[in-house]
Amino acid sequence: MILDYVGVKEINGSLIVLDNVDNASYEEMVDIRLENGTYRHGRIVQIDGKRIVVQVFEGTKSISLDNTRTRLKARPMELPLSPEIMGRVFSGAGRPIDGLGEIYPVKRANVNGTPMNPVSRVYPRNYINTGISTIDTLMTLIRGQKLPIFSGSGMKHNELAVQIVRQAKISDTDGDNKFGIVFAAMGVKNDVADYFRRSFDESGVLSRVVMFLNLANDPIIERTLTPRCALTAAEYLAFECNMHVLVIMTDMTSYAEALREFSSSKGEIPGRKGFPGYLYSDLASLYERAGMIKGSKGSVTQIPILTMPNDDITHPVPDLTGYITEGQIVLDRQLEGSGFYPPVSVLPSLSRLMKDGIGEGYTRADHQALANQLFASYARVQDARSLASVIGEEELSPVDKKYMQFGKLFEQYFVNQGFHENRTIEQSLDLGWKLLSTLPRAELDRVDDTLLDKYYIEDTDNLSFHTFADDGSSAKDADDDA
Amino acid sequence: MATNDVIYGINGPVVTVRNTRNFSMMEMVYVGEARLVGEIIGINDKFTTVQVYEETTGLKPGDPIYGTGAPMNVLLGPGIIDNIFDGIERPLKAIEETSGSFISRGAAVSSLDLDKEWDVTVKVKKGDKLTGGQIYAVCPETAIIEHRFIVPPLLSGTVIKAAANGKYKLNDTIVTIKDDSGNEHELTLCQKWPIRSARPCKQRLPATVPLITGQRVIDTMFPISKGGTAAIPGGFGTGKTMTQHQLAKWCDADIIVYVGCGERGNEMSQVLDEFSELIDPKSGRPMTDRTVLIANTSNMPVAAREASIYTGLTLAEYYRDMGYHVAIMADSTSRWAEALREISGRLEEMPAEEGFPAYLPSRLSEFYERAGRVDTLCGSEGSVTIIGAVSPQGSDFSEPVTQNTKRFTRCFWALDKSLAYARHYPAINWMDSYSEYFTDLDPWFRENLGDDFIKYRNKITAILHEESSLMEIVKLIGSDVLPDDQKLVIEIAKAVRVGFLQQNAFHADDTFVPLEKQKLMMKAILHLYSKAKKIIAAAIPISRIMELGLFERLAKMKYDIPNNKPELFDELISDIDNALAQLTA
Repeated sequence: MILDYVGVKEINGSLIVLDNVDNASYEEMVDIRLENGTYRHGRIVQIDGKRIVVQVFEGTKSISLDNTRTRLKARPMELPLSPEIMGRVFSGAGRPIDGLGEIYPVKRANVNGTPMNPVSRVYPRNYINTGISTIDTLMTLIRGQKLPIFSGSGMKHNELAVQIVRQAKISDTDGDNKFGIVFAAMGVKNDVADYFRRSFDESGVLSRVVMFLNLANDPIIERTLTPRCALTAAEYLAFECNMHVLVIMTDMTSYAEALREFSSSKGEIPGRKGFPGYLYSDLASLYERAGMIKGSKGSVTQIPILTMPNDDITHPVPDLTGYITEGQIVLDRQLEGSGFYPPVSVLPSLSRLMKDGIGEGYTRADHQALANQLFASYARVQDARSLASVIGEEELSPVDKKYMQFGKLFEQYFVNQGFHENRTIEQSLDLGWKLLSTLPRAELDRVDDTLLDKYYIEDTDNLSFHTFADDGSSAKDADDDA
Repeated sequence: MATNDVIYGINGPVVTVRNTRNFSMMEMVYVGEARLVGEIIGINDKFTTVQVYEETTGLKPGDPIYGTGAPMNVLLGPGIIDNIFDGIERPLKAIEETSGSFISRGAAVSSLDLDKEWDVTVKVKKGDKLTGGQIYAVCPETAIIEHRFIVPPLLSGTVIKAAANGKYKLNDTIVTIKDDSGNEHELTLCQKWPIRSARPCKQRLPATVPLITGQRVIDTMFPISKGGTAAIPGGFGTGKTMTQHQLAKWCDADIIVYVGCGERGNEMSQVLDEFSELIDPKSGRPMTDRTVLIANTSNMPVAAREASIYTGLTLAEYYRDMGYHVAIMADSTSRWAEALREISGRLEEMPAEEGFPAYLPSRLSEFYERAGRVDTLCGSEGSVTIIGAVSPQGSDFSEPVTQNTKRFTRCFWALDKSLAYARHYPAINWMDSYSEYFTDLDPWFRENLGDDFIKYRNKITAILHEESSLMEIVKLIGSDVLPDDQKLVIEIAKAVRVGFLQQNAFHADDTFVPLEKQKLMMKAILHLYSKAKKIIAAAIPISRIMELGLFERLAKMKYDIPNNKPELFDELISDIDNALAQLTA
């Protein structure tokens, strides 16, 4: 029996309240038909006896108390799935918006997903070569990892994400065509979504991209569903179609703000900065959907992008994200201002899964030691710099001066890398050793002697640095510096 | 089972029932046709409130609720060790077999394997008097852990029937006893215990035995006792999990209970992977033979996350009662506190600080007070040590969970972001951390390692504090202007930091360092310090001492001198003497 409930009892923000509803189940989908014949979609978010609260995805604009008919769909929010979703564009709530018609589903899956059994997880060990020195050497991306980019407004996070997508190579060669990208845009500007689409097109991967677009002017309730739809699609492609899926979600801050807006209209008790108390659990239910499982060849790797309001890493969204994800890539406005790309701030960046996915058999035996030493030495550079800012560079001790020099070269040649430059892991590691060789050997206390004997370059006079893209003028400058 | 109690309202994991008097507070219930596990958390004459440990999507008003008549409890018996459970003691491996790689709802599997046969040796005979906590049988649970079956603490009586030794299943009756009022009780291989009540013991013992961890900064600078409590606070990426892994691997407890509470799934699979590969040097068996894992990852239901801490603690106490030293790693207690907050918010309780409920401190103290070294009811000694990680919001230690935890734990190992950025691990900040166990443990150190150990430790601490005040000056005007004796302090402090405090978890020798070597390492550093001080007093510039390469040797002695060759330290010390002698010659 299909019943239409006529009228609404109360409207509050994106929520409508209905009374005298029988047989409603929690998180059930509803269709709302307006007087003019258009449909809205919604979901039951609270039940008190016969009184139900429905969240309307498209917003409650022009809904009045009398003009609606609501119908319960008797099923939770599900996404139709089939291998054909590759290359398609969907709205934030998972409906096709590219004009190519509906999806004929092979299966339907609940967008909330179910938690992966920790016992069934495969511990991620295979690294993804991104061709970017800082990431490959110092915060290696591992297949099945969730590694967010912490950025700020106006910084080059989108370019970095595009470069990773373009250059990402999986170390073992089990077929290139099994690589897929799921792109979820939450509250991003039209231009940004278009930039991603164009970039995917240029690098020839567009046919392997599934896009879920909720732009800045789209309804916010839909935004809270966008990552869930995207991850449901990603899980399907990874674990049932055995693909290696890279999920790019931007911008998580907009997502969290949408959640806050919804939470406050529901009258919930706010936590820090007005965000709901369950923000951690909610973000975790998204991020934890990355990984690999036994019995499937596929993997879900996530690169969420979030803009830190006021560049504040202690803001609840980056803070809680950092506690859930396996590391973070932090971008720095000062580096960006100095014209360095990608402006990766090395010290606060981290990849937790890196230690088991690098070294002998994966990258190179010296990788971990080199990374430790680069981190330690670059941390020392910061000390020297803060000292120099007080007493002037001239007054520094000779060792500190060496560190200043090292810091400059490190940023100029290691961090700085062209948008089109793709470095192999060997190139990156060798460059790292070359940079360390500008420091006195005794300063390298994180590396044991056998590695130093092998890689430390004693003859520092002939060190030359150059970017791999062009060997022209910049190399000459560096020689002069060294 | 018929029931008149039906669901009225649903809001996230909180479900309400109207007009019923059938439930008691904290009773365990099954919700809906799928029989989702829940617990009664609020009762008034109109509404009874249930928190559901599983996803509530699809529940309807009118769905039944079944009571069990008992509080939330766990099944205790052989098969706990080497197992991995979720927050309410459901075995994840068995769930994987029934429902695949993703956890479905209402998974009804027994906590322990009911069909497995255990090789039981019965320790009592007919006519024996048994009291609560006494051992009536034993069986080997893993290659290194003997499972001792103990009489449930509240029971006592005379044995009227005892089975013969042999192979038994979990629910087979081993011993029948008759209590004073003439009731017969059958003792099987398992018993139940409510997770929110502490198991009783005969008496608590003082904290006079250290938990040896092999981590220098902990053992030497901030030691913890067996039965002690410690908090590890730190922002993300400072190495909380890494530190807990190291402690779980190397500390000298008999059994480790590792509770992954609201943390990452991949981390749990890493623990599973690593611990099964890693061989315990003391027993020669894989680490999993002495480890229980409780995994309630951050995407699993939030209410079960709240329960997971108590589940872990109850399992730990059960093994303590058999006479084992158990260490429980809770990673992370902040997630548990946040689960409290989340449920409190759904109940529309009045929030206190930062939205946390007002009862946060009392819950935390209840939890940490269940630690302790005790005389068990069976007459042996056991302990539960609690090491809880805290994840402060925004790395701000003044937030409520960190502050309240500080009040109830006696060790505080503060992890420091800037140390972690410089990849100085373990990133335990020596200025902010503390241990209150010094006075309790000093006699033990004196007895086992001699007076020197404490003397060295105090000197090292003094050097680090002196360095810290000198660095204030250095930050302003540079180190060049300092007189040589102060420069020496800075250099020695650097040797302490790099050579001693910093420890490499991935190095075969350095990952675990015996106390004896820790002492000798301090001795070598302090030896160089006292000698160099004399030389500087003789107006020889420090730059000449620096040229000798002695500081580099100290920095690398942790790698150069293997754990089993302490005699090499004599060589190092005589090398220091010889090198310095050249200067004064």
